[in-house]
Amino acid sequence: MKLIVAPAPHAHSGDSVRKNMLNVIIALMPAFIVAMIAFGWGAVITTAVSVCSCVLFEWLICKFLMKERSHVGDLSAVLTGLLLAFNLPCNLPLWIVVLGALVAIGVGKMSFGGLGQNPFNPALVGRVFLLISFPVQMTTWPRPLGFSGSYLDAETAATPLYTLKNAIKAGDSSILDELPTLWDSFSGMIGGSLGEVSAIALLIGFVYLLCTKTITWHIPVSIILTVSLFAVVFAAIAGLPVCTFLGTTLCAGGLMLGAIYMATDYVTSPMTHCGQIVYGIGIGLIVMIIRCWGAYPEGMSFAILIMNAVTPLLNMYIHPKRFGEKKK
Amino acid sequence: MNTFRIGGVHPHDNKEFSAHKQIAAVPLPQKAIIPLVQHIGAPAKAVVAKGDKVLVGQVIAEAGGFVSAPVHSPVSGTVAKVDATTDAWGLPMPAIFIDVEGDEWLPEIDRTADIKTECTLEPKKIINKIQAAGIVGLGGACFPTHVKLLPPPGKVAEVLIVNGVECEPYLTCDHQLMLERGEQIMLGIDLVLKALGIKRAIIGIEKNKPDAIAHMAELAKKHPGVEVKPLALKYPQGGEKQLIDACIGRQVPSGCLPIEVGAVVDNVATLYAIYEAVMKNKPLISRVMTVTGKSVKNPGNYEVRFGTPLAQVIELAGGIPEDTGKIIGGGPMMGRAMQNVDMPCNKRVSGLLFMKKDESVRVEPENCIRCGKCVDACPMGLEPYMLAKLSAAQNWDKMEQLNVMDCIDCGCCLFTCPSHRPLLDYIRYGKGKVGGNIRARQMAAQAAKAAAEAKK
Ligand code: SF4
Ligand code: SF4
Repeated sequence: MKLIVAPAPHAHSGDSVRKNMLNVIIALMPAFIVAMIAFGWGAVITTAVSVCSCVLFEWLICKFLMKERSHVGDLSAVLTGLLLAFNLPCNLPLWIVVLGALVAIGVGKMSFGGLGQNPFNPALVGRVFLLISFPVQMTTWPRPLGFSGSYLDAETAATPLYTLKNAIKAGDSSILDELPTLWDSFSGMIGGSLGEVSAIALLIGFVYLLCTKTITWHIPVSIILTVSLFAVVFAAIAGLPVCTFLGTTLCAGGLMLGAIYMATDYVTSPMTHCGQIVYGIGIGLIVMIIRCWGAYPEGMSFAILIMNAVTPLLNMYIHPKRFGEKKK
Repeated sequence: MNTFRIGGVHPHDNKEFSAHKQIAAVPLPQKAIIPLVQHIGAPAKAVVAKGDKVLVGQVIAEAGGFVSAPVHSPVSGTVAKVDATTDAWGLPMPAIFIDVEGDEWLPEIDRTADIKTECTLEPKKIINKIQAAGIVGLGGACFPTHVKLLPPPGKVAEVLIVNGVECEPYLTCDHQLMLERGEQIMLGIDLVLKALGIKRAIIGIEKNKPDAIAHMAELAKKHPGVEVKPLALKYPQGGEKQLIDACIGRQVPSGCLPIEVGAVVDNVATLYAIYEAVMKNKPLISRVMTVTGKSVKNPGNYEVRFGTPLAQVIELAGGIPEDTGKIIGGGPMMGRAMQNVDMPCNKRVSGLLFMKKDESVRVEPENCIRCGKCVDACPMGLEPYMLAKLSAAQNWDKMEQLNVMDCIDCGCCLFTCPSHRPLLDYIRYGKGKVGGNIRARQMAAQAAKAAAEAKK
């Protein structure tokens, strides 16, 4: 009998890259359903095109440029496609969506050597590229109409954050009356990218991710707490109604989507919990600085990308607590 | 419920195959092969030669130093030769071959089933007896037990921690031993407490063995100072440092022994052996081992005399299953996969595990996705992904800086990695290199010191 000899351990948890990716995809489904309800076929088509082109590009690049076994089966490209779509307005011309997918996969991921090697979140690379190249199309948000409306002629809505920004600039809190109610913001009946609008659906997914131990609480919670604290202090000083300001800040502009699903991307976030908290606080601060004083009304993408760049540094300097470490 | 504070994983415990199977004695072999290296430290030196008659319990090899252990004959008969045999990986090891004749024991050994509770020996004498009986840690490390009972100058023992955790999946021999011979273990604890001159012992048992917890707690009532501590289920709770942390909340500093925090750790099987040696004059000549696996016909707990060919034990368990891909000496987390089963049973083998073919093949590794799960799992608070990367890059100095020598080989990192990275393989290799570097430095420093003194 031929026995297999290999070093210990001889058991494995059964975890795999695919399982983790699948869990994140499942966690995004409630938000996808809300997007379908809010934006109708536009959401479905944009998502389908984005996911398909991401997978296709990954497969093509693996096969013809890198000439190696393709890793499409690990579902990471599907997830990138999904996240990219969630960050786009649902009436974006489809060729722009395809272009975004090409940049996300081609530049954001494969040019660094594929999964695990990229320093920046690929979906965000794609999105920021589109935001800079097509600023008009990327900031024309359709009003949520549901399946009844065709997205081509959807009327566009100012996003809640745009309203906030105006209020901050004018220092006039009466502008805030134009805001959708907090319940609308929370449930998703507001203008915005297709996956970011419903805070509640995103939070349901968060609970799922925590239960399946796909991610830990550290990054999302530290981002959300930092942002909340900042928002409360800022609103109090600027003389804006604290509750409205805080609620809108948290629910709109992809904050939840970013904090729960984009900032927690394994590859581009720190390894240790302590590092993750620093990273989360960093994102929270940067996003609020951009929102309160910068040119863009939302800024989550930029904040995450900037902290992605800091991640290697955090990994180098922040180490986990060692067993039996002597107190210095 | 108590457990250790950093890292850890939850492997499926798979204990149902052999749990609660009565300890069964394996018949004597016709020829026994007794290895001279069954412990950590200097090899034992044979004191018998071809043609000598030996009795069960007689010393056949004496300890090769302070950190070493003598070997006693587990059988009676005639020494056939003192020669090399091969271990489970085809490497030569020195051994004594005995042709078994009957089963005659040294007269001073008490073979009755009576439980002897009275011990009038002084502490020093108890330790001497333990040393003379060749007792080593039976949890797997095989470190000579008497060494632990003699704390180095300046260190004092405060508490005895008894390892009844058996955190390795599949293994059940310690569990069964506690159920069947709990009283003897308790008496062993009393003896060690006396030897160390301390009053407190804590038995750590994981909560997947509720019957053992209840049984030992009941017995502990009659043994003042002995306390049973139920522990939450988590691997590697049986690791010395983890167990101390779980039981008394103290962390042994990096590079130190448990005595640094006042703890002495012994496994339940070792304590049973101590009882037998001190009270019944019976040296360490047998142990209980688990033979198990998903397709094994008669999985169970077997008491085997050392020197018995493993093949004989396997036969009793129903032979090697058809679909076996790997045979592991020990449990699946830290046990070693064997190349053959020609080896005789010895102090080191706590179990035989037959893994099915489909469970035996490792999954192809993928890129590290930097998920940090290995960092979370490491019970020593290391960064396995980083150590593995440094090892691949042969950056030994950086590995040393990141405390690779703290690694306890538990395998949690590899167990947990979703990309199936062979983390521990890399880390072990690097640890070997770093250890070599450290020793070389120490030697150079010593040589320099000696040279400086010679000059004076
Ligand atoms: S084997 Fe070493 S590095 Fe891996 S988890 Fe265990 S202690 Fe940590
Ligand atoms: S668990 Fe595996 S994939 Fe995750 S960081 Fe560690 S080595 Fe990388």
